[in-house]
Order: sequence, then C-alpha cells, then structure tokens
Amino acid sequence: MIVVENLEKSFGDTKILKGISTSFEKGKTNLIIGQSGSGKTVFLKCLLGLFTPDSGTISYDGKTYSGLSDNEKRDLRADMGMVFQGSALFDSMTIAENVMFPLRMFTKQSKSEMQDRVNVVLKRVNLPDAHQKMPSEASGGMQKRVAIARAIVNNPKYLFCDEPNSGLDPKTAIVIDNLIQEITKEYNMITMINSHDMNSVMEIGEKIIFLRNGIKEWEGSSDDVFKTDNEALTDFVYSSNLFKKVRAAQLKENN
Amino acid sequence: MTYLENIGAYFLMVVEMFRKPTKWAVMKTLILKDIDDLIIGSIGIVAFISFFVGGVVTIQTALNITNPLIPQYLVGFATRQSVILEFAPTFISIIMAGKVGSFITSSIGSMRVTEQIDALEVMGINAINYLVFPKFIALMLYPFVISIAMFLGILGGMAACVYGGFTSMEDYIIGIQTEFIPFHIIYAFAKTVVFAFVLATVPSFYGYFMKGGALEVGKASTTSFVWTSVIIILLNYILTQLLLS
Repeated sequence: MIVVENLEKSFGDTKILKGISTSFEKGKTNLIIGQSGSGKTVFLKCLLGLFTPDSGTISYDGKTYSGLSDNEKRDLRADMGMVFQGSALFDSMTIAENVMFPLRMFTKQSKSEMQDRVNVVLKRVNLPDAHQKMPSEASGGMQKRVAIARAIVNNPKYLFCDEPNSGLDPKTAIVIDNLIQEITKEYNMITMINSHDMNSVMEIGEKIIFLRNGIKEWEGSSDDVFKTDNEALTDFVYSSNLFKKVRAAQLKENN
Repeated sequence: MTYLENIGAYFLMVVEMFRKPTKWAVMKTLILKDIDDLIIGSIGIVAFISFFVGGVVTIQTALNITNPLIPQYLVGFATRQSVILEFAPTFISIIMAGKVGSFITSSIGSMRVTEQIDALEVMGINAINYLVFPKFIALMLYPFVISIAMFLGILGGMAACVYGGFTSMEDYIIGIQTEFIPFHIIYAFAKTVVFAFVLATVPSFYGYFMKGGALEVGKASTTSFVWTSVIIILLNYILTQLLLS
C-alpha cells in the first residue's frame, strides 16, 4: 500500500502541490485526473522519488521514503516500473535490449534466463516478433507496449504510468488501458495512472483522484465520478461535447 | 550568480560520476561503445587536419625565413615545436570540442528531452555515472589521438617541405631532431589528459542539465562548444605557465 500524507511541493514561489493526502491499494488501478497544470505529473514524480517534496510523507508498504538510506531507496526503485508519456525507450537499443535492460542492471540472471523472461513479457504485451526492431521502427502503440513490457519485466510492486495513451488512436488507447489493468491484476501491483482521458476513467479506473490547482479536489470510484455534485469535477468530466450529450441524456432519463 | 551555481553543479556532477557505479558487465559495453564513437570515430578528421596544418606551418615558416644566415633545418625545428607544444594538444582539442563535445551534449540532451534520463533515474540507476563515466574513461585514450596528430603534423610538414622545394629532407630531419627536450612531450601529454577530462565532463554537464525541447538541445550544443573551448584555452595558459616557465 502507498500512503501519501500532506504532500507539498513548490518550484520557486509557485506552489504546485498543496497538502495532498491519499492512499493506493494493491491490485487496483488508480487514476489521477485533472487539467493540464493541475499538478498530476509533479505528484507522480514525487511518488517516484524524482522530485523531493517540500513537506509531507510518502510510505511504501510501511516504509517512509524520506527515511530510507540510499541503498534502500535504490532497492525500492528496483520495485517500481514506469511507463512514460513518450515511452522513453533507449533509442540506441533494440526492443529486446530495452526490455532486458532492468534485468541486466538489477539481476544476476544468465543471458538465456533473461532472454526467456523477455520473450514472456513481449508475448504478454502482444509483441512476440518485435525483438530485433529499433524503437524508431515501432509505431506509437507498439512503443507504449514495449514500455509496459520494460516496466513489468522485473516483477515490480508499483507501476506508474504518465498519460500512457496520449497520442494514440481511441482503439489502441483502449487496448493499452486494458493491458495495464490486466497486468495490474495478474502481477497484483499498485498501479497509478496520470490521465486526462475520460475513456480511461470509464474503462479501467477503480479509484479516481481529481487534482485541481495542486489540491485533491475529489476522490472516489469511477461510478461515483458520474454521480458527483462536485462542480469542478463535473466541469472537467463533461467538458467534451460527447460527454455533454451523454450527461444531457442522463438528466433527461432521470427526469 | 548563475555562473557560480553552474560551477557548483558541475563539480557536484563530477563527484556524482564516481558514486554508485553501474554494473561492470553493462559499463564495459558502454565504455567500448564510447571508445568507438569518441576516439576511433575522431581519428579520420584529426589525421586529415593534422597532416595539412603541419604542412601549412612548415610552408609559412619556410617563407618567413629570408635571411640566408638562418640555417635551413630551422624549418623542421619550428614545425616540431609548434606541432608538439601547441598545435596537436590545444588546436586539436578545440576541434574535438566541436566534434566530440557537440556529440556528447546533443546525445545526452536528447535523452533528457525524451525522458530517457528520467527512466534511468526511476530504475534507481545513477544516470550521471551511467552516461558520463564511460565517456571519461574512453577519453583517457585521447593522448593516443594526439600522438597520431603529432606524428602526422610533422609528417605533413616534411611532405610540404620536400615537395614544395623549401628545404631538403635531410635538413628537415636534422631540424626535427635538434635540441629535442623530452619534457616537452610530457608537458604536451599532461595538457592532453587535462583537456580530455574537460572534453568528457563539460559537454556532458550541458547535455545532462539542459531543459526544454529540440531547439534547446541545439542551443546547449553551441553553449557547450563555447565553454569547452574557453576552458581549454584558459587551462592551456595556466598549465603552460606552471609547467614551462
């Protein structure tokens, strides 16, 4: 379980996160939603340890991150997988080498053992024949799947995804969302996804956290999102014409 | 203030480069790749420039010796001194600041822009050690490149001298052997090692700490070239003062 208490982070005079407290449970897909500039990415980077919070604590299965030694932090990070918005694949390596990278860095497995594991995860993300391709030869959807394979190859306890379906067509985006949810259940991980895609909320969101101007404005399940009377969240959720029409139909039905 | 912050950040990066080392099996591959990219890949251009600049130094020296009382072997002597003391270690290092420095800044900068460095950090890898240390080790072979530059510079001078009809080959060979001081070689290679360190770390600093997108990668490469050159010129002055005066 990840517990966040009163997290604050500023850059210069600008306060980005203003006292966020929440928790994330095992085996669940958690979505952090909010407009651009609401603090989602900073929040995720604080959870990853890429940014040091000004105040507040983050605990991973009872261990407070700020109280860990450098070696303990390193071990903890080996338990984290991250899918970046732009995939962040190493462009000098083939797809297989990218996926194998965490194994080479953190395990003492033989080359054949690593190769077997790479085959398993590439097959799991439906890329059984992409080993020798370079990232530049792969489509956006393929790159995301490789990034997911690299993130899960070392059996992490925590999976972080920063807008994993941005720049993808709606169909591929759903495939990626479903893949993340299936893998979360399969590996019993804590998954956190930064998104402003309402399709993701409806498809895979088990717990939703809505950030607005660095404050946790709302927290609940995906079903609650559509029943809430929180004005800011309603504004955000029904900002697209499609959802506006759905909302109008819902209200009509209720009346 | 920004300059002071940058100097502080640079030295912290240098310290970080030696901390939390990457697994040797991985590091070995990175070092070999960087030797190929930075050293082997530079030999061609260094050889070309050295040969022809050596020739130009010789021609200009020969053309400026108009007094018949000055011995002809002085052309070879002057070429050797110019090439070994300044041209090979310093002039080639400035060229390498453009070639190797820009390559280092843009490759690390592109990794920053595309979040590849963030990916390394998330995995708990010391990204500075992973990216900069192999370049530092690879550039410790830089004196090998400079020794090629010295040899080809003197050879280029000989070719220009003989085929241009300025002096005989015998006079040129006597010139390059006259009053040879072995310490000058030590001085040249001592400078080279210091410049190699600058070539590995300053461009890495500008690449690693860059912010922004593709345009900023280009700007960082230019800034890196300017500052690497400035630092090399300043260190050249300081080392010459310390070692030769």
